[in-house]
Amino acid sequence: MTTNTSPFDFTVDKTKKTVFINMEFAASLSLVWDAFTKPEILDQWYAPKPYISKTKVMDFKVGGRRFYAMVGPDGQEKWALQRYTSISPKTNFKMLNAFADKDENPEPIGSNWDFNFSEEIGADGDPTTKVSITIFNESLERMEGLMEGFKAGMAMTYDNLKDVLANLQR
Amino acid sequence: MLIAIQAMTPNALAENFNTSRQAISKHLRVLTECDLVKQEQQGREIYYSLEMEKMKEIDIWLEQIRKIWEARFNQLDKVLSTMKKQKK
Repeated sequence: MTTNTSPFDFTVDKTKKTVFINMEFAASLSLVWDAFTKPEILDQWYAPKPYISKTKVMDFKVGGRRFYAMVGPDGQEKWALQRYTSISPKTNFKMLNAFADKDENPEPIGSNWDFNFSEEIGADGDPTTKVSITIFNESLERMEGLMEGFKAGMAMTYDNLKDVLANLQR
Repeated sequence: MLIAIQAMTPNALAENFNTSRQAISKHLRVLTECDLVKQEQQGREIYYSLEMEKMKEIDIWLEQIRKIWEARFNQLDKVLSTMKKQKK
């Protein structure tokens, strides 16, 4: 169990095979919703640097899909396929997530993702948007399958990332 | 978490948790299938103990996911503030 203070919070319930992520942004709900549902914005933040997110196909509707790659600095591509199972505009969407090959064949293991969005207007009139994400893995084997994918896709340490971010902010 | 301290038999575990041997065996079977627990036959009894390496692997993996999301969160925060500026 790992807990951080808001606005980023990550908790794990191993008994429920579920990961919970809570985030808060000083931005309006419509802006945050767009950031999660429009490929040109998703690609700007979805891959941890120095990886690049490259969305090949994205059809944000129930039954639609996002087929994208995390491209490493060495040009190596790690593909994943996400299928949208439910959408309530600016409130919630659900999807199935699985790693895939470059021809869009998903691996049998995957996970269920549930995104919730809500907006609050502060005393100063500025909006804050909360995003809650639940990632459910049907079995531990599925979780472990995911682990292999992450190991392959992520070699960089968090310290490196912090340096990159600090440089960008300068 | 009792078997984190020492290897135990299902009977001993059932006594400690005030539950049936059957219930304990069911839990142990699932944990064994996932390689989180290992069993060792000693005479007529089977002793169960934790696979510490496996538990560590899961924690490392979860830590990776946390880092990925923390990175995404930081990046999205910056994208959003850029978008807000562009709107103004």
